[in-house]
Amino acid sequence: MFKGGQTTSPDVSLPHVTNSHLLSYPNTLNFYERPPLFDVTVEEFETCALDRLRILAEIESSLARNRNWDELSTVTKTQCDKYLPLNSHRSIRFTDLEAERKKDHLSHFVLRLAFCRSEDLRRRFVKSETLLFKVRYEIALTEDREAFLGSRDFNWTIVPSQEQTQLKEDLERAFIGSKSEFERTKYYKVKWTRVPDLVEKRKVFLKGGWAYVPTKEQSSIVFHEFESHLEKTLETTARLLPRLDEDTRLLPILNNISQGFLAGVSSEWAGASGSDNADEIKAEMIDEIARRSFPLCMRMHHEKLRKDKHLKHFGRLEYGLFLKVLGLSIEEAIVFWRKSFSRIEDDKFNKEYKYNIRHSYGLEGKRANYPARSCIQLLAPGSSEHGCPYRNFDEDNLPTTLISVYGPQGLRSSDIREVTDTVKGKHYHVACTRVFELTHASCGVNKGDGIGGGESVTHPNQYAARSMELRKPKESKDAMQVDP
Amino acid sequence: MTEVESPSPEIMLTFYNRLYPFKSIFAWLNHSHKPGRLFTHREFAFTINTSGGEAYLRYNSFNAADELKKQVCTLNPTRFEIGPVYSAKPRDRKTLRPGALQPELRELVFDIDMTDYDPVRTCCSDADICKKCWPFISAAVKVLDRAIREEFGYEKLLWVYSGRRGIHLWISDKAAMELTDIQRKAVVGWLGVVQVGKDSSKKLNVRNAGTLPPSLQAALQELRTVFPALILRNQKLFASEEGYLDLLKCIPDSKMADKLSSKWEDSRGTSEERWEELLGEAKKNQNVWNAIEDVILMYTYPRLDAEVSKHRNHLLKAPFCVHPKTGRVCVPVDPHTVDSFDPSTVPTVGQLLRELDEMGNSNGEETKADWEKTSLKPYIELMNNHVRTVIDVKHEEDMTW
Repeated sequence: MFKGGQTTSPDVSLPHVTNSHLLSYPNTLNFYERPPLFDVTVEEFETCALDRLRILAEIESSLARNRNWDELSTVTKTQCDKYLPLNSHRSIRFTDLEAERKKDHLSHFVLRLAFCRSEDLRRRFVKSETLLFKVRYEIALTEDREAFLGSRDFNWTIVPSQEQTQLKEDLERAFIGSKSEFERTKYYKVKWTRVPDLVEKRKVFLKGGWAYVPTKEQSSIVFHEFESHLEKTLETTARLLPRLDEDTRLLPILNNISQGFLAGVSSEWAGASGSDNADEIKAEMIDEIARRSFPLCMRMHHEKLRKDKHLKHFGRLEYGLFLKVLGLSIEEAIVFWRKSFSRIEDDKFNKEYKYNIRHSYGLEGKRANYPARSCIQLLAPGSSEHGCPYRNFDEDNLPTTLISVYGPQGLRSSDIREVTDTVKGKHYHVACTRVFELTHASCGVNKGDGIGGGESVTHPNQYAARSMELRKPKESKDAMQVDP
Repeated sequence: MTEVESPSPEIMLTFYNRLYPFKSIFAWLNHSHKPGRLFTHREFAFTINTSGGEAYLRYNSFNAADELKKQVCTLNPTRFEIGPVYSAKPRDRKTLRPGALQPELRELVFDIDMTDYDPVRTCCSDADICKKCWPFISAAVKVLDRAIREEFGYEKLLWVYSGRRGIHLWISDKAAMELTDIQRKAVVGWLGVVQVGKDSSKKLNVRNAGTLPPSLQAALQELRTVFPALILRNQKLFASEEGYLDLLKCIPDSKMADKLSSKWEDSRGTSEERWEELLGEAKKNQNVWNAIEDVILMYTYPRLDAEVSKHRNHLLKAPFCVHPKTGRVCVPVDPHTVDSFDPSTVPTVGQLLRELDEMGNSNGEETKADWEKTSLKPYIELMNNHVRTVIDVKHEEDMTW
């Protein structure tokens, strides 16, 4: 499989700065308050960003899969060890701590440049970076953590023992934990707005707008501070970015990186992690399969979903059932739709969409095994927005769409005439079959072969299944050439 | 008794022209007498009656109180709503680049609606409200008013009767205006106890290791005093079989519950007698005693419409609008005297205009504003007193009404 961007191994990619060893990066934890001010090669710039991106993509994907905190933390740790290790100075492994930390620092700031450009990218970046920080904060050595807390002003007040005694009864009532734990705890006072998560769950004592945070919840303040600091600086970066007087070297890299994240990055290296089973279709693979093997009707659903981050009811129904028959499991289907509807909050998704997805898999309601729509059903009158595009698109629209969708698969403008002529004769399935032949010419399909033995397309799933079958042996041959 | 009336467009127009306190509303939203972003970047939305039904006009904004008044008198809406302060003037929305119009500041608002109490009231349902169920609202006002002042430290609270069956709260403290949606959601999480809607019969889960957190302990203190009159005497909730079975469902000791259930089956006890009986039993068992406290919270704790409070861009009906169904004016309510507030004595717009007509004939003092001659006077004074606390201190000397 491809291993894009992984040309240099981390050990050699970054130069050592031996003298200032633990001075520039005394800690594994970093609030990223100072930008990196050293020279890097364009290659380092890209590779370290991609390495960090793999980790963030895995975190996003864990969220979409509803992994719990322990699972998420384990997965993230594994990814970190692989792509962006950060050892403490106590570590027995021989490592160049300075280089590790420098890479962490640099990669964070490169991704800031890539992800500051839109509200959506910023939100997702902040969310996954904050989770990454949480994971690292939890595994950091106590001494590192304490040094880190001391290295920066978090602007909290330690509640004096006199005040703590005065408020003892209330504090104890609000305390979650054993009595002996309560006797030992210290309290930090912050404006309640800095710990909204604790307030929402009534985990603190509130008085006059101040939250009294016990030691064990102290990390909430730190995480929230990390999050809001990153949000603010990303907005600043977004404002300044247009003024970046840059030649043509960095912007394409940044564009590329942010595109990758948008499309659910992990696809290109899902194979590399070796964790998937070859036949199973994962949510992350849909983009790729759609590009190579979907008939136009389903491809249109997919494009619309990507563009609007939403599909209307009948669109979801048609496309969802198609994906089910394609082989997407219910778990992966939920991940796929959850990630695709990126503008919708978790609450709303779970309430309004999850049920319908499960319903279409026969897990809710009357538990029927719904089949996917066939061409005949899609061609039925009344399906204006959805249905068969060969029938529903107008004369101007169809050729442009076909070229933009299937151009990369080998469809040329000189072929279009033939297709539109069949459409004029209302032979929509013939048009679709002809497109299949033309786009699979590289797999050895000739005119008149149809989807095998001269058969015409009668079902979108038949089209996709045959295409995937044809593409499969070839893909592995390609991969072998790239990755001997 | 005042008759219920749907006001005609002519009546509404006169009301806007002669009585609606645009100046007070302006100063309250603007925190100053000189127009600033808090007013000019603020969204107003109008509901107007058209031949084809109702139309809802969003994204209006105005440079000053006069401009607002002019537009209101031109459109003559049945009501209008107030939204957030945006990053730009909402009316310029079409000329801005996409995404440039973001809600920035907004009063923290709460909406309590009597319909959410339907599972625990027997006197009326839906849109109706009577003297027997108003105490639900007044209990909610007292509990929330205390919690917000003492726990969150906000001071500039304005309670407004919604004109029919509910009450709104507007908090204008600078810190409250600046809250993000996440923080607003946190406030709702902190204050919300009873699930509203279809989950309303769900058991409460508010204790940790059997202890109520201090905020709810304080709420309980208040609600304990309200419970007997409201739930037992007014609503008589446990007199019916359905009612007492619901109550016994909350008792964790099933033996005790069965015992009481079979005993009450044949007797014709009042809610008070049954409650006393239950308390007698519960004293022996801490677990049951906790459940009793939870019952008090469950039946009387404020039921919030969470969505209204969670998002900055949610619109809420402006104070002093007229409720289109009842004709009553949405007047401010003083939380100190909320117990004696009687929704049925709130002036209707029709009544106010009659008062104006009668005054007009008697040729009173010419210097007075129209509203001062009507029964709207005490409410506008209440509003103006509140506005005085909201106005920035440095503008204090500008007070000119």
